[in-house]
Amino acid sequence: MEFFLISMLNGLTYGLLLFMLSSGLTLILSMMGVLNFAHASFYMLGAYFAYQISVFIGFWPALIIAPILIGIIGAVIERYGLRRTHKTGHVAELLFTVGVALVIEELVPLIWGRVPMDYKIPPQLDFTLFTLFTTDFPAYRGFMIFISVFMLVLLYLVLTRTRIGLIIQAALTHPDMVGALGHNVPRVFMLVFGVGAALAGLAGVIGGNAFVTEPGMAFAVGSIVFVVIVVGGMGSLEGAFVASLGLGLIQTFMVAIDYTFADVFAMVGLDSIPPGTVGDMLSVKFSQMAPMMPYLIMVLMLIFRPRGLMGARES
Amino acid sequence: MLQLTDLHAYYGKSHILHGVDLHVGKGEIVSLLGRNGVGRSTMVKSIMGQVDIQGSIRFQEEELVGLAPHTIAHRGLGYVPEDRSVFPGLTVKQNLLLGMKSNKQTGRWSIDDMFDIFPRLRERADTLAGVISGGEQQMLTLCRTLMGDPDLIMIDEPTEGLAPKIVAQVAELLDEIKNRGISILLVEQKLTIALKISQRLYVMGHGKIVFEGTPEALRGNSPVREEWLEV
Repeated sequence: MEFFLISMLNGLTYGLLLFMLSSGLTLILSMMGVLNFAHASFYMLGAYFAYQISVFIGFWPALIIAPILIGIIGAVIERYGLRRTHKTGHVAELLFTVGVALVIEELVPLIWGRVPMDYKIPPQLDFTLFTLFTTDFPAYRGFMIFISVFMLVLLYLVLTRTRIGLIIQAALTHPDMVGALGHNVPRVFMLVFGVGAALAGLAGVIGGNAFVTEPGMAFAVGSIVFVVIVVGGMGSLEGAFVASLGLGLIQTFMVAIDYTFADVFAMVGLDSIPPGTVGDMLSVKFSQMAPMMPYLIMVLMLIFRPRGLMGARES
Repeated sequence: MLQLTDLHAYYGKSHILHGVDLHVGKGEIVSLLGRNGVGRSTMVKSIMGQVDIQGSIRFQEEELVGLAPHTIAHRGLGYVPEDRSVFPGLTVKQNLLLGMKSNKQTGRWSIDDMFDIFPRLRERADTLAGVISGGEQQMLTLCRTLMGDPDLIMIDEPTEGLAPKIVAQVAELLDEIKNRGISILLVEQKLTIALKISQRLYVMGHGKIVFEGTPEALRGNSPVREEWLEV
């Protein structure tokens, strides 16, 4: 019971963080048709910016300033990079975002070095929120959940209650028509790209000190984010939400499960499998398979349900 | 009011329009006829700035070629596409609101006007546009573009696949649009309503204009009808 509740909470924290990252990506993908490989780089930049700002003026200003800076960088990249590449076609756009991702990937260690940063949880939040049976639940995890849920509600309200939100929703499926009605679609694209980058940056700000801030973090999280949008369905925020939480929970639980396949077979009375290749394979623990699970789910999803859980489009 | 001169349009490497000349006067209903694939839809998309073009498009004495679609819309052109393009995840009312170019805009048409003309839309105001019937979607897309208060509206195949009763309603709305001083460029495949309501007609074949004249002239010209229109 204790294991279950703590894993639930940890999975929830991780899942919500994943959603903050993938919400921008899935909006950009379905609206502009651009698979933005640089999205996770904004996450990394968020963490590094927050670290740097917190060294100078503390964590709380960094929580606000870093995402805004990342948002501006994102908007500039869209306006002066992506918009020009757009004329050359989707392959050029894709390569452009891969290029941007690699440039950021190489730039970060040039500035901050290759070792992990000493980006700490702010002292005000460095205490135990509550103790569940024997496990402590840190206040910072609670703070992460709070920030993620707050952003989620804000995003939902903007998308459904404001005029610009309605324009964004309409442009998800019919950008040409939105333009023909007199709305400045390129400006909407720039805005969404900027806000998406800012959300990824914010995820970096609150995730960088909870997990780790180092040059490999963009790559580590980038591939998971793609799984989220494929599993959730292209362009579906609801799908991305369900997929983020699902993947967060699956991964957290898998890592914590110490059983092997052989144990499971033994439980159902099949314990006479001889050692050898098959026997060795069965002694793999579930926790060892955790890193593979998201990608396995993505591959199966693409084969059996290419439009994802809630995607509107087939492609 | 709208004047196309030697208009060429391209989709990638294929050359779709081969030098089209066409004009629409103020308060006039003009129809563009032709079989599928001759370039009618490409022509209206070109005017709206959605296709690569060469040539000249002047609207109210100003050149439109090279402008972005939203700028062209702000100059007073409205466009109702063939596929209707309703925003499926938004309600009927939200679709209409997005037809307005800004929150403050006041024009010839209000949402209540639309609901009075098509009471069915009022009943469906809070329904998602993706689940209403094809006829209702056609009314919605027409009304949505009118909400932007255009001076000239281009309508691509508004009667395609609609029941006769709804076709009659659409024809009534076109009359009402004209009565409010708005020019109409109607794209049609069939002659059904075009002959009744247009002042002038163009027939298009292979990316060129092959006939221009009044409904009477087209009625009397059976070679043109046989070669370019009848199936």
